[in-house]
Amino acid sequence: MAPQNTLLQARRFRWWEPVFWLLAFAAPLALPSHALIVNEIAIVALFALSLDLILGYTGIVSLGHAAFFGMGGYAAALFAKHVMPDPLVGLAVGIAAATVLGAVASLTIMRGTDLTRLMVTLGVGLIMLELANKLDWLTGGADGLQGVMMGPLLGRFEFDLYGRTAAWYSLSVLLVLFLIARRIVQSPFGATLKAIRDNRLRAMAIGIPVTAKLAQVYTLAAALAGAAGALLTQTTGFASLDLFEFHRSADVMLILVIGGAGWLYGGILGAVGFKLLQDVISSVTPQYWTFWIGLFLVVLVLVGRDRLFRPWTWFGGKKA
Amino acid sequence: MSNNIVLSAQGLVKRFGGITATNNVTLNLHKGARHALIGPNGAGKTTLINLLTGVLEPTEGRITLEGQDITRLAPHQRVQRGMVRTFQINQLFDTLTPLETLALTVSQHQGLGGKWWQPLGARKAVTERCEQLLEQFHLTSVMAEETRVLAYGKRRLLEIAIALACEPRVLLLDEPVAGVPAGEREELLQTVAALPADVSVLLIEHDMDLVFSFANRMTVLVNGTVLTEGDPDTIANDPQVKAVYLGHGEDAHV
Repeated sequence: MAPQNTLLQARRFRWWEPVFWLLAFAAPLALPSHALIVNEIAIVALFALSLDLILGYTGIVSLGHAAFFGMGGYAAALFAKHVMPDPLVGLAVGIAAATVLGAVASLTIMRGTDLTRLMVTLGVGLIMLELANKLDWLTGGADGLQGVMMGPLLGRFEFDLYGRTAAWYSLSVLLVLFLIARRIVQSPFGATLKAIRDNRLRAMAIGIPVTAKLAQVYTLAAALAGAAGALLTQTTGFASLDLFEFHRSADVMLILVIGGAGWLYGGILGAVGFKLLQDVISSVTPQYWTFWIGLFLVVLVLVGRDRLFRPWTWFGGKKA
Repeated sequence: MSNNIVLSAQGLVKRFGGITATNNVTLNLHKGARHALIGPNGAGKTTLINLLTGVLEPTEGRITLEGQDITRLAPHQRVQRGMVRTFQINQLFDTLTPLETLALTVSQHQGLGGKWWQPLGARKAVTERCEQLLEQFHLTSVMAEETRVLAYGKRRLLEIAIALACEPRVLLLDEPVAGVPAGEREELLQTVAALPADVSVLLIEHDMDLVFSFANRMTVLVNGTVLTEGDPDTIANDPQVKAVYLGHGEDAHV
């Protein structure tokens, strides 16, 4: 096959992709009582997609990705409360705020090793948490930001108590941003990111301005994380310090580990798996669900994802 | 004469704490040259390459590329100005295929590295150049396989193909045949011999067969300084050079 066709073949949609999205959009209709969790999954999936761009595609580890999630969330909530209640304009404001923060924070991840990046991103996350706590005249502090009322989506669709509008809103935003991200990772820009991930020294040696690319992708990922945060505060009508909490940054990393980093569906499938697991286990043992999640993760990492999800290979013996 | 010099290092010094790895090295690479840099292990050849390419910053001295001072430029800026290197130890993109690797390198060179909306490989100019390079470096048959699974000889070829995909005017080859098994060696030697004539090449190599068949000028580096420079015949008969190499030879026989 000619090189051009071989390269372009990677862009084609697989048969299961439209099926997957149709099922996702049908879920709030088919399972009306579960629309709220569909909404939550879509939001977490978008957040994981964002982390995948920097972790899976560029190799930047982060334990503070919630900084951008929270920034987008608070910005959208404050905008709805004080300026105007339109969801889409609020979403744009949330994205813009997180983008600015991402551009500034990208200065901290350009140098150093994985370990220093873990520390620095963790630090930025903690700073944002403490700022939101201290600026209580603006954010409501530990009480959270109450009384966020959203207007109807596109001026027509009111957010209902069952979360159907919310679910479709979040799914639509997820789909649009997913398609953009998909386009980006298949572009020459996306290829330079993978080159940096695989071998930073060689990436420089073929003329790639590595620090500029790192800044760009970090800012882009911050924008997507901000969108996810904005969706959460808009669809729940509430913003609290929980948006910035460390467990969010950690959970989203676990989600990528479950789903697989370095392919865009990893974050989405990981989010589905993680949230369902959390939902099922916590309804069985509300107090100990983290134990089971922890156990699952240990098994996943020890056995390996490929083998764990292919049980028929467990007893086949070793092949060369 | 001086107009003919494409790459010039003047009085380069590099100290690591108390150790002087490069001591007042002056080196001129002429246009279209096949210039070999030889010397025993620890002579400072790789340090010199790292200084030229910008991985290390010199303590003293100055580097010019086509008349312009590049001493303080970042590595990727020197590449954009036409000076490209290969590595003694393969530095490849393990999870990409050779085709993806070359497509990305060619795109970057053609100024498309920042394009984020069109797919990699959408431009005919990129894919046609990739096709040529794959052909030239005997990589067509493995173009869609992940780089990490390729045979060592193929990986070595890709190492050089990547450098050529940057369309260098100055090419620094750091031990291109190091570690290549005998069966895969011929392929590699041919491609090195077939490098475009207008590309000026600085070759670092231990393999004396390759050096003497390839180079038309040689510099001998010992203990971080230039011992001597000249054409291959002069170097081969130079008593100082013989002493350096034969000295090692005698040690090896003991």
